[in-house]
Amino acid sequence: MTDKKIRVLIAKPGLDGHDRGAKVIARALRDAGMEVIYTGIRQTPEMIAEAALQEDVAVVGLSILSGAHMALFPRIVALLRDNGLDNVLVVAGGIIPDEDVPALNEMGIQGVFGPGTPTDDIVDFIRERVS
Amino acid sequence: MTVESWRSSTDELAAGILAGQRRAIARAITLVENDGSEAQAILAAIHPHTGRAHIVGITGPPGGGKSTLVNDLALSFRRGSTGHPPRTVGIIAIDPTSPFSGGAILGDRIRMRDLAGDPGIFIRSMASRGSLGGLAWATADTVRLLDAGGYSLIFVETVGAGQAEVDIAKTAHTTVVVEVPGLGDDIQAIKAGILEIADIFAVNKADHEGADHAVQVLQMMLDLNSPGPHAVMHHGWLVEVAATEGRAGRTADTPAWRPPIYRTVATRGEGIDGLVEAILAHRAYLERSGDLVCRERERAAAELETIIQQEALRRVLAHTDGTQLATLIDQIARRELDPYAASQLLLSRPNQA
Repeated sequence: MTDKKIRVLIAKPGLDGHDRGAKVIARALRDAGMEVIYTGIRQTPEMIAEAALQEDVAVVGLSILSGAHMALFPRIVALLRDNGLDNVLVVAGGIIPDEDVPALNEMGIQGVFGPGTPTDDIVDFIRERVS
Repeated sequence: MTVESWRSSTDELAAGILAGQRRAIARAITLVENDGSEAQAILAAIHPHTGRAHIVGITGPPGGGKSTLVNDLALSFRRGSTGHPPRTVGIIAIDPTSPFSGGAILGDRIRMRDLAGDPGIFIRSMASRGSLGGLAWATADTVRLLDAGGYSLIFVETVGAGQAEVDIAKTAHTTVVVEVPGLGDDIQAIKAGILEIADIFAVNKADHEGADHAVQVLQMMLDLNSPGPHAVMHHGWLVEVAATEGRAGRTADTPAWRPPIYRTVATRGEGIDGLVEAILAHRAYLERSGDLVCRERERAAAELETIIQQEALRRVLAHTDGTQLATLIDQIARRELDPYAASQLLLSRPNQA
């Protein structure tokens, strides 16, 4: 009846309105038995951190295509920490240049998945780090 | 879980909930969902501090506009109005769990983005996790956590409900059934089920064709209800309650509540004021008539029954080894044993403490 589920927040920060990729990921995680809270497009960092807090998720997945990741992601990570969510796994996907990945890793975004990543890889990445 | 390091004792967690700390409330809801023994300790600690919130159920067909209506209602109750001070609002939004993968997509927040940034609102999305009545097993306990956390109005949005998902009436004080134009004829309206549990009807998408007809059909259905027994047995059919302590407090001469019907266009915020007034009026009616006490008692009875069922199941399974269970299941599937005999066999084992 009841058992532990991995709860994941999938959010699209910033102003681009294309959420096909985010929906594909949401669906893949659902099919892997996770509970995916999908918040829709144009989320502010504050909205994302607040939703992560209320939903008590283990994972926050950020999808971004607009190129604003270096501006928005540090803010999201900082707000998550402010909310006491230090141990939440933060992953990202979308259009993110390779040269930005080390900086993103550095700020606490543990996984960055570009176009063409098999969804199974993302599922495995999450499962390995959240148990 | 990655949050394992956030290891407060249950006492601390309960104190955090009572102080309205959102992190503590969120964490406790997860514990309740995962059915840990910590959850029981927390629920026990907060129990005396619950029972203050007004619980409003929102149910209706998938795509009927429930989330958008909850968004509008929450905004309105947060603002308050003449004679009605602003309220703090908790929202539990339930979406179905996949029967195949066990996963779920919880998307009700998409329609509630107007509510972001307000510390007087707490939204929790919840997967049904196999429960069939339109709620999740953890819903009632989550209501309690939000109640203890100081949210004075709690909306429970069910999964998209068709006809038989009526559990919400056991959890809510006030049940709003959302209908949309064009769903069915007048025979649909006199079938048993979801329409019977309404305290208030909202015919949403009232700008669509067929809204007048939908309202008429509901009016007709309500005209067919006989007011007498309906008033006394209001929701009483849902659970048998042996003692009548609650009912004794009911004022016999209070006129029966007839569910009002409101037309709404949730996407434009139309008709929301009427709905807010109706929710407040229904609360006043429950208090005046003594029905509130009845419903609290019925809810307590239903919850106790559920807890006993789950605990009994847990105890039986804890003392049955897997191979034995598998053998019994095989025997039932091969028609060598009937399921009642098998369950008697398991239940009659000694040492099931």
